[in-house]
Amino acid sequence: MVRLFLAEHYPVLVIAISLLSAFTILIAGWMNKKTCLPISLATISVQLFMAFFILHQVITSGTIHYWLGGWAPPWGIEYVIDAFNAYVLVIVLFICLLTAIYAKRSVEKEQPLKIVPFYVVFQLLITGLCGITVTGDIFNLYVFLEIASLAAYALIAVAGGRALKASYNYVIMGSIGACFYLLGVGFLYAVTGSLNMADLSYLLPPLYGNKVVQAAFVFFVVGISIKMALFPLHIWQPDAYTYAPSAVTVIIAAAMSKVSIYAFIRVLFSVFTTKFIQIYVPIDTAISWIAAIAIIMGSVIAIMQTNLKRMLAYSSVSQVGYIVLGVGLYSTHWGLYGALIHILNHAITKGCLFMAAGAIIYRSGLWNIRDFEGLGKKMPYTCAAFTLAALSMIGVPPSVGFITKLCLLLASLEAVEYAFVAVILASTLLNLVYFWRVIDRMYFVRKEGEEEGEKKDEAPTSMVLPALILGSLCIIVGILWLAGEKAPLFPIVEQAVTTLKGVIVP
Amino acid sequence: MTEGAIVYSFIPLLAILCPATAAILILLSSKRPNVRESWTIIAGVLQFSLIASMIPTILNEEVIECTFFQTMFTGIAFGFKVDAFGLIFALTASFLWILVSFYSIGYMRSLREHAQTRYYFCFAIAIFGAIGVALSANLLTMYIFFEILTVSTYPLVIHDQSKEALSAGHKYFAYLLTAGVFLLFAIMMTYYLTGTTDFTGGGIKALAELGPAYKLTLIILFFCFLLGFMKAAWMPFHSWLPTAMIAPTPVSALLHAVAVVKAGVFGIVRIVCYIYGVDLMTSLKLGIALACIAGFTMIVANLFAIAQDNLKRRLAYSTINQLSYIILGAALLTQDGVRGAMMHIPFHGFMKITLFLCAGAIMVVTGKRNISEMGGVGKTMPVTMLAFTITAFGMCGIPPAVGFISKWYLCMGSYEAFLQISPVMITFLFVLLIASLLDVVYFFPIIHTAFFKTPEGVVGEVEVKVKEAPLFMLIPLSITAILSVVFLLDYILGLNIISMYIYKLVEVAIENVGLIP
Repeated sequence: MVRLFLAEHYPVLVIAISLLSAFTILIAGWMNKKTCLPISLATISVQLFMAFFILHQVITSGTIHYWLGGWAPPWGIEYVIDAFNAYVLVIVLFICLLTAIYAKRSVEKEQPLKIVPFYVVFQLLITGLCGITVTGDIFNLYVFLEIASLAAYALIAVAGGRALKASYNYVIMGSIGACFYLLGVGFLYAVTGSLNMADLSYLLPPLYGNKVVQAAFVFFVVGISIKMALFPLHIWQPDAYTYAPSAVTVIIAAAMSKVSIYAFIRVLFSVFTTKFIQIYVPIDTAISWIAAIAIIMGSVIAIMQTNLKRMLAYSSVSQVGYIVLGVGLYSTHWGLYGALIHILNHAITKGCLFMAAGAIIYRSGLWNIRDFEGLGKKMPYTCAAFTLAALSMIGVPPSVGFITKLCLLLASLEAVEYAFVAVILASTLLNLVYFWRVIDRMYFVRKEGEEEGEKKDEAPTSMVLPALILGSLCIIVGILWLAGEKAPLFPIVEQAVTTLKGVIVP
Repeated sequence: MTEGAIVYSFIPLLAILCPATAAILILLSSKRPNVRESWTIIAGVLQFSLIASMIPTILNEEVIECTFFQTMFTGIAFGFKVDAFGLIFALTASFLWILVSFYSIGYMRSLREHAQTRYYFCFAIAIFGAIGVALSANLLTMYIFFEILTVSTYPLVIHDQSKEALSAGHKYFAYLLTAGVFLLFAIMMTYYLTGTTDFTGGGIKALAELGPAYKLTLIILFFCFLLGFMKAAWMPFHSWLPTAMIAPTPVSALLHAVAVVKAGVFGIVRIVCYIYGVDLMTSLKLGIALACIAGFTMIVANLFAIAQDNLKRRLAYSTINQLSYIILGAALLTQDGVRGAMMHIPFHGFMKITLFLCAGAIMVVTGKRNISEMGGVGKTMPVTMLAFTITAFGMCGIPPAVGFISKWYLCMGSYEAFLQISPVMITFLFVLLIASLLDVVYFFPIIHTAFFKTPEGVVGEVEVKVKEAPLFMLIPLSITAILSVVFLLDYILGLNIISMYIYKLVEVAIENVGLIP
């Protein structure tokens, strides 16, 4: 294999260059505003390249262990990257790259005075997200979680007005979540004296009966649930998604929520084990049911919304439910597959939907679904992207949503939980109701009192193109999933699932 | 039971790519109507010849396979497998697509309809879905095309974009996508129980070997399948079909008399003969249950049809009734029953499409939609009404149209069921006859009005001017009408070539499903 420059240091470089770039943007942007975007784009591209390289390395030669500063694991910080991390890392960076392109015009219009700070904080957010993904140390994870969260609070607040309140809500809720997480870390450290995930998974099994360990576990679960907006802890999320600047909504909904879910799965399966969940704190049934309620409630509330972004936010609540349902059904063959596959699926789909929503707001200022008549003619490409993603949300084959549905259906059947089968199927119809309403308005409902033949008035290419890329990926990735072993995607998830389960099964 | 040798070929893929490519080309040439419409025609002809080129192989008792990849679910491949039964459906749909494309040109231009590009685009995609359903190798592949078919026909149903059309579209979606959900569940359940969803002549072995403990599961599963095939418009889940008649007439003709609804009954026959298998169906007594549903639909739909004054709606109820003939044929689980069912798929397609095309022609020329207003139409539009009359005869099971043959076999099938399965089955012979009688009751008034009544407001003898629809519309409907007679002739002559080998294909299919003479 060709030796790449500093290849063995990529796990840390992926974070370091992002962090450095944030400060570079600050200085360069102070001198010339126009340098912000190129620097940010270049950084993310390099990061994405590294992520792909890491992924390739993990797939070909197994898990990467990187010792920060050369300190050996239980004492030093260790970065551990297996197929799961690398998979999430690539997804996150890919979304970030598209969002950065998308953000250019959007930020210029929405926050013309805050371009420099926007890109600085944006880059910090990416730093945090990458950090969470690569680290193998639970305290280090906390640090990055806070970097990402603080950046997100700031980015939401950038919009001003109602966004300030939304951001404040998020600060309160997010801090509670972070505190819970930190308490969990503290408890585990008190009992075991270690913060390294791999080390913990060795030290913990004899202590599983310990009440402190069990309390720590619950703190972890609740803390991260707040961060990933699992129903009923989602109350910060709809406002935050609705009032944040368009680009920020995209990255939070598509990338950040995925990283929180990554942390959730990581703690559940790599720090603790299925044995622990099965015997000591049997929460898998509980979280499955919570997820099922989330799926239904999220959709039902989404139906009531008239604001497109808010509707999408509630749809996210329901989609997080899908992933958590997959996690809850981990004991079945397809459960974790469903969860992991949906991480990518939801990132693509929701990214596309929020981008389209942002583009519509950018060009026409419309946010109320009732005013969307004739939009299909005015903004054909944006609406096409939206439609593709919406069809995928409904689960029309061969889109990505269909694949998730299949996996979760099989998992529920295997677990003999017909209630979940019904939930998944009912959710399809609920999704249909609220997404089709939008599509109907865009294309088919006629505006009263207006003649046909409205002029095309499309959003700028830099905003439409990323949306279209994601929209077409909804179908392409769906087919790639379906193709299984033949396509490059499925083996990654397969390896990730086996590592996650492999840690657990002695 | 006997599956022939497998031949690997890319022809099914090429055939299905025709409408897909056409759809893209249609979008690209939206500014030039003549180019746009010619894509449809070229794709139609190409597709039909590709599908027809598979006939010799299939008649040779071989099966054409075209697998793209094993899916992530072990045991399910994504691919096509062409057998005799699938080929019959594909032949019908692709042949009629060519004719309806010509007809569409005449119809859409005469009425100066809006959004024609969208119309042709969705039409091509719908055909893509229908042919995909016909050629699928397993349930999952079929489901994918099934849903594509549902979604792509929505813009066609609401083509008018009026409030009424939109609510019809919503109803359409509410029924068919709910059905899709049931179907998906049923497919996944089948996969979970057996580890495969391949269509196997005579039924999936693993399903039959599940044992008596699974009896209830299998019965419930079967009803989930039935709910999944709501496209077959069996009662009480039929009301989307008359509502969907708000669509432009070519759509009602091809999609809601052939492609969409036939995909539904096609699915039911697939389930009965290729998933459950005749033996399992008999032992679970599902045949009788299905036959009861079908019999109920046949009678009630016909009673509804009599009450309709709108010609298209009456034809829609007639479709509901005729679809249940097919379901009943499959439910009889006898050789002649299945034979009649399989024959009725293409035959009903040819006849019903003629009727719809006639209805459309009348609408374009005179603007009349209701039967009561149609007095004297027979004199102004003699060719159209002649075609209508011939095929209406066929619908009632009277020669010279081909409906006679399929109905004959269905009657034979029910008699066979009476001998082989249970004496109760003789009821269905009477149901068949009564339904045919009711067919006469609602078709003959139309013919009577058209030929023997004078137009409203006209007293005494008036010189009648012949005013037919444009040739683009007249020729397709004449061809389908002539063909429905020719098919009957061919049955007597045994030439086969002029009836696209349908009779022989049916024999091969019968043998495939294990009903050996």
